[in-house]
Amino acid sequence: MTSERVKRGVPEGLWMRCPQCRATVFRKEVINRWHVCPECDYHFAMPARDRIAQLLDEATFEEWDAELRPCDPLGFVDRIPYHQRLTEEQQKTGMWDAAITGKGFIRGRPVVLGITDFAFMAGSMGSVVGEKLARAAERATQLRLPLIFVSGSGGGARMQEGILSLMQMAKVSAAIARHDAAGGFYLSILTHPTMGGVAASWALQGDITLAEPGAMIGFAGRRTIANTVRLELPDNFQTSEFLLQHGFIDRIVHRKDLRTEVARIIDYCTTA
Amino acid sequence: MPAALPEPLPFEQDIHELEERLAQLEATAAGPDGVEAIRRMKRELLALKRERYAQLKPWDTVLIARHRQRPQFLDYVEMIFDEFVELHGDRAFGDDRAIRTGFARLDGQKVMLIGHQKGKTLAERQQCYYGCAHPEGYRKALNKMKLAAKFRLPIICLIDTPGAFPGIGAEERGQAQWIATSILEMTRLPTPIVCVIIGEGGSGGALGIGVGDRVAMMQYAYYSVISPEGCAGILWRVANEETKARAAEALKLTAQDLLQLQVIDHIIPEPLGGAHRDPREAANALKATLKRYLRELLPLPSTLLLQQRYEKFRRMGVFLDGPAATTGLTPATANGNG
Repeated sequence: MTSERVKRGVPEGLWMRCPQCRATVFRKEVINRWHVCPECDYHFAMPARDRIAQLLDEATFEEWDAELRPCDPLGFVDRIPYHQRLTEEQQKTGMWDAAITGKGFIRGRPVVLGITDFAFMAGSMGSVVGEKLARAAERATQLRLPLIFVSGSGGGARMQEGILSLMQMAKVSAAIARHDAAGGFYLSILTHPTMGGVAASWALQGDITLAEPGAMIGFAGRRTIANTVRLELPDNFQTSEFLLQHGFIDRIVHRKDLRTEVARIIDYCTTA
Repeated sequence: MPAALPEPLPFEQDIHELEERLAQLEATAAGPDGVEAIRRMKRELLALKRERYAQLKPWDTVLIARHRQRPQFLDYVEMIFDEFVELHGDRAFGDDRAIRTGFARLDGQKVMLIGHQKGKTLAERQQCYYGCAHPEGYRKALNKMKLAAKFRLPIICLIDTPGAFPGIGAEERGQAQWIATSILEMTRLPTPIVCVIIGEGGSGGALGIGVGDRVAMMQYAYYSVISPEGCAGILWRVANEETKARAAEALKLTAQDLLQLQVIDHIIPEPLGGAHRDPREAANALKATLKRYLRELLPLPSTLLLQQRYEKFRRMGVFLDGPAATTGLTPATANGNG
């Protein structure tokens, strides 16, 4: 259900325009501030590699299952064949698929970390994303480590892998349920955007749910809702702030504070 | 011979015409010649149906799954179960009429029955939101499933939804949250769970009550990650008859496809042309499958049951593992967990 691409990545060029405050800002400064607008604190989508650098202690990340690669079980063809789309996305991002998982340290605390990268097919979940996250959860249980997933997915379950994508929701959920039953801690960090089947599974199954400011989080897309109910949607509809107000997330955390906040929370949720 | 002919679908025009002629003939014909003519026409009709329904396109299947006269949850409750004690409370917001839950008896076996109801009349459909549930529906279902697990009542989920409701209230009250919670809990509820897609298996709205030890589909049901309309809109910008049909084809959403992808365990046969042509026959086939599954699952100790349920979903997905070949991706070499 990869829906319309939200243009949020940092474009090429020396200068860039912030889509929120419309200010023209120095691109390098945005990147140096973890992809946050220096004028209005707008949080741009962040590549998974930068996210690792932002969250984990330097050079502590040990990647898992880096060789898992997608294939095209349905022989899906839309405007281009899925296998060709995959190749293009792989060349564009340098990733095999939308998820990176592994182990690392946050201010000296060992954690298992999984990230979905919006840059790869809008961060949608197919078999590889599901498998990597399920394996990460299983290993977190075995190693008795906190599990942290950072979501960023425009469409949720990946349409091009059909029903197999939908089943990844159950697969990852099952692994998280086991982690929970074993007394493991799971922290979910929602980033822009977290929609559809990703929101309706692992992203909202955390013991603690954090969100970055201004992220779009929800089940159905705005357009679908607008077409169904034919009503004006509230201004802050499906934002982090909207979810906080309605009781579905625990804290909204600015990107610059995320590492400290996560470390602080982990200390409350560790029995060791 | 049913009193009224079913409403014809676009690919059934000639079948419908023949059925009308047959009904006319049956009303007027007399004598041995008439009997013979009727017999001949019946043979012709059967041959035509067999040919047509053997070549259904995925989109045709979607249309059958959505047929207005197709048996719904409450029809099957009536035909299959000895009683249904409906339980309404989600303990938080309200009674969602798109999901019904309650105690039922299947030939003496006590069960917890959960299912989507779409509604038949316009008023009923509006009340049920055409089978599109809100968060309270999933919360109610989960609440009743937990109750069932407490007393080890097996759970039967009959799925028939175009999808979870896309609306402002649904988002405000946590549509994604409650589907997520329901899916997670279903993976570990210590009692047998049997799920059958009886009509439409619309994405997360279906999976929200769709995690079970056995998952079956009625022959002309469909189960998909996105509706053909939604898929067509995204891929070809416009959802018309042609793009919807292409999307239905690409998504691999028929029972046959899902069996091949090892996402479901069994296809429950329907009467020729669909369950609406003989609801009783469809109900009998569904009942037989439900009973067989409960017989298989009830003796299993919970630890084994949950282990098998875990592995069932854990296996799903197709991908490549191990060092990448130099040129990379060829589906033919997929080792995946199929």
